[in-house]
Amino acid sequence: MDKALRSNLSLAGERELASATSFNAPNLKTVTLIVENMRCGGCMSAVEKALLAAPGVQSARANLSAKRVTAQYDDDATDPEHLAFVLKDAGFNAAEAIGKSEETQANEVSDLLRRLGVAGFAAANVMLLSVSVWAGLASDMDTSAQALFHWLSALIALPAIAYAGQPFFRSAVGAIRTSRLNMDVPISLGIILASGMSLFQTMRGGDQVYFDAAIMLTFFLLVGRYLDESVRVRAKGAAENLLGLKALSATVIGPDGRTRRVPARALSPGMRVLVAAGERVPVDGRIKKGTSEIEESLITGELLPRIVHDGANVHAGTVNITSPIEVTATATDENTLIAEIARLMQAAEQGRGRYVRLADRAARIYAPAVHLLGGVTFVGWMIAGAGWETALTYAIAVLIITCPCALALAVPAVQVAATGRLFAKGVIVKAPDALERIAETDTVVFDKTGTLTIGEPKLVADRQIDTSALAQAAALAAHSRHPYAKAIVRAADARSLAPMSRGSVREVAGAGLIAETPQGEERLGSASWAGADTEAGDQNATLWYRKRTAAPIPFHFEDTLKLDARYVVNDLREAGYAVELLSGDRPHAVSLAAAASDIQEWRAGVRPDGKIRRLKELSASGRKPLMVGDGLNDAPALAAGHASLSPASAIDICQTAADAIFQGERLFPVLETVKVARAARHMSLQNFAIALGYNAVCVPLAMAGFVTPLIAALAMSASSIVVTGNALRLRTMRLALQSLGTREKHE
Amino acid sequence: MTALAWLIPAALVLGLLGLAAFLWALNSGQFEDLDGASWRAIQDSDAPDASPAADSDVTPHDAKR
Repeated sequence: MDKALRSNLSLAGERELASATSFNAPNLKTVTLIVENMRCGGCMSAVEKALLAAPGVQSARANLSAKRVTAQYDDDATDPEHLAFVLKDAGFNAAEAIGKSEETQANEVSDLLRRLGVAGFAAANVMLLSVSVWAGLASDMDTSAQALFHWLSALIALPAIAYAGQPFFRSAVGAIRTSRLNMDVPISLGIILASGMSLFQTMRGGDQVYFDAAIMLTFFLLVGRYLDESVRVRAKGAAENLLGLKALSATVIGPDGRTRRVPARALSPGMRVLVAAGERVPVDGRIKKGTSEIEESLITGELLPRIVHDGANVHAGTVNITSPIEVTATATDENTLIAEIARLMQAAEQGRGRYVRLADRAARIYAPAVHLLGGVTFVGWMIAGAGWETALTYAIAVLIITCPCALALAVPAVQVAATGRLFAKGVIVKAPDALERIAETDTVVFDKTGTLTIGEPKLVADRQIDTSALAQAAALAAHSRHPYAKAIVRAADARSLAPMSRGSVREVAGAGLIAETPQGEERLGSASWAGADTEAGDQNATLWYRKRTAAPIPFHFEDTLKLDARYVVNDLREAGYAVELLSGDRPHAVSLAAAASDIQEWRAGVRPDGKIRRLKELSASGRKPLMVGDGLNDAPALAAGHASLSPASAIDICQTAADAIFQGERLFPVLETVKVARAARHMSLQNFAIALGYNAVCVPLAMAGFVTPLIAALAMSASSIVVTGNALRLRTMRLALQSLGTREKHE
Repeated sequence: MTALAWLIPAALVLGLLGLAAFLWALNSGQFEDLDGASWRAIQDSDAPDASPAADSDVTPHDAKR
C-alpha cells in the first residue's frame, strides 16, 4: 500500500526521469505474476517479451508448469499492477501472485528430490556390489572378498539411509509422540533394524546382510513420497492461481479527496472506497454515501439485487449495479454475516479433522501384526533351540520382508494417478485425503445459483413477447447493469433486434428505468413502478414494461441450468446417490430448477446454519453427504460435508473450504471426480490385496528361515513395481460409475 | 582380485559424478519448470535481450499505453 501510494504520488514527469536514470541506481524488486492463459512455448516467449519491452523491467522468466512469470523490475519506474496491465494488453489474463506458501512447499519437493537422488545413487552402487556377492555365492567368491563387498555396501548404504530416510524417521517419531501408529512407524523400524542387523552381521562376517533391501526400500518409498508431494504442490499452486486472479483492486479516496487504485488486500478498516456501477465490491464495509442495488448471488444465492442506502452493510464479492457508492471499509469481525460464517465454518471443520486416511487405518492393523509376527518368530526359534542369534536374524528377516514397501506405495501411487487424471480434466484436488472421502459419499447436495445453474437470469417464454415490445424494452434495458435488464438485452440480441437508443433514461435504484419522450414516458421495472396490477395479472412476473398508457407487459426470468445438469443428476441417481438441492433462493425459483434438473428433494430459503443442520441430519441418519456449492452461504456447509466440491467461479472463501475445485461451465467434473475417487479407492484396495498376497507367500518363508538377502531384495522390488504399475493404469482406464455400469457418455 | 582395486573405485567415482551432476541440476533449478523447458529447447531466440537499456529507451511510450 505504501508502495502504491508512492508510485502514485510520483508525477508522470518524475517517472520518465526515473526510467531514464534507473540504470544508475535501480531500486530493483521481484514480483511473481500469475498468467492464466499461458499454455504453450509460444505464449511463454510472448509473455517474456511483453514484459521485457515494458519500461523498468530488468528480467522476466516464465514458468509454464506453474503458469507464473517472475520479473525483476525497477520500483521507481513501474509497479506490479502496471506489469499485469502490460500482459493484459498482450492478451494474457494476469494478476500478482499472493501468498509465499508455495515457495516453501516447492523447497520441500526439491528437498525430497535431493534425498531421492542420494538414495538412488546409493541403491545402484549397493546393488552392484550385492549382485556380485549373490553371483559369488553360486561360484567361487572367497569370504574375504565377500566381507570387503559387505563393508563397502555398509559404507555407502548407512550414510545414505541416515540422510535419505529422514522424512520417514521424523514422521514416525511424530506419530509415536502423539501415541499413534502410521505407516512410517513400521517403515522406519524395518529400515533401522535391517541396517543395524546387517552391520552386526558384517562385523561378524556373516552372510545375512540386507543393506541392498534397506536402501532399495528407502528409494522406492521416497519415489512415492516425492510424487505425492509434487502433485499436491502443483494442485495447491493451481488453486492459489485461481484465487490470485480473482483478487480485486480498489479505488481508495484519500483524505485530500484524490483517488488511487490499490490491491484489495491492501485495504484496511476505515478507508473510504469508491465502487463504480458494475464493479465488484472489494471489501466488507458500510455505505457512507449513495443508493444503489447490490447483486449478492455469491452470498445468498439469490439473483434479485438488494436495494441499499446509506449505512447499509455490503460484503466483499458482491456486485454494485445501479450507481456509484462510497463505502467505508470495516474490519471483518465487525461484520455480523461474515463473522457468523467464519464461526460456523470453524465449528464445522473440527469434525473433519478426525478423519483417518486409508493407509493409516491399514497401518493400525498392519503394524501390530508385523511386530507380533516378528516376536512369534523370535520366540518360536528360541523354543526350537536355535540360539538367540539365529532367532533374532530370522525375526528381523520377517520384519524386512513385511516392511510395507508395497503397502506404503499402494495408496500414494493411486493418489498420484487419480489426481493427475483429474487435473487434466480441470479438477484441482486440494485436500490430501479428499479422494478417499469423496469415494465414501452416498448423497450429493447441490447448491442452486452458480452451481447447478449458470448464475445469470434468462428471459423465459420470450417468443410470447412481441418483437417491437421486446426491442423497445431492450432499448431501455441497455442503460442498466441490472442482471434482469442484461437478460432482456441478450434476448433481443438473440432475435437480432437492434434496439433504438433512447436519449434520456434514468435509473431509479430498486424501482426501474424510465425514459421520458415528448410522446409520453416508458417504464421498465417492478410492478408498482410500471403500474401493473399484480392482483389481477401475473404474480410471478419479475419485470414489467409499460409504454405510455398501454397495458404493462410482464417479463419472466429464470436462472438457466448448466447444460448437463439434468444428465449429471440422473447419472448420479442411477449410481445409487441420493441427490438434494439446498438453496437460499426463493421457493418458486428453486422449485423450477429442481424440476428442470429432475431433483425431487429440495429446500428453498435455507440459511447457512440451515444448510449445516441439513448436512448434520444426513450424517445422523448414516449418510455421507458430498456438498457442491459456490456461495458464501455454502462455505460452512462445504466445511461440514463429508467431502466438498466448489466451482472455480466460487467466492474465495469457498475455494479455500472445498476439498476440490472444478473449472469450466459444466457440471460433469462432479461426475468425473466421483468416478475417479471411487475407482481410486477400488484400486487402493486392490493394491493392498496384492501387497497382502505377497506377504502371505513371503512371511511363512521368512518365519521358516528360508529368506536370503537375495529373496528379500527381489520380493521387495517386484511387489513395489507391481503396485505402482497397477496404480498407473488409473490414468488411462475408462471409468463408469461402478454400482450400475452407466454408459460412458463423456469420454 | 587386483582388478577390484580399481574397478570398484571407478564404479563409485562414476556414480558420484552422476549424483553430483544431478545435484547441480537440481540446485540450478532445472527441475522447476518441466513443461516450459521442453518448449524453450525449440524456440528460435530464447536469449532475452541482453541490453534492457535499449529496450526501455525505444518503447516506453508504446508500452505505457
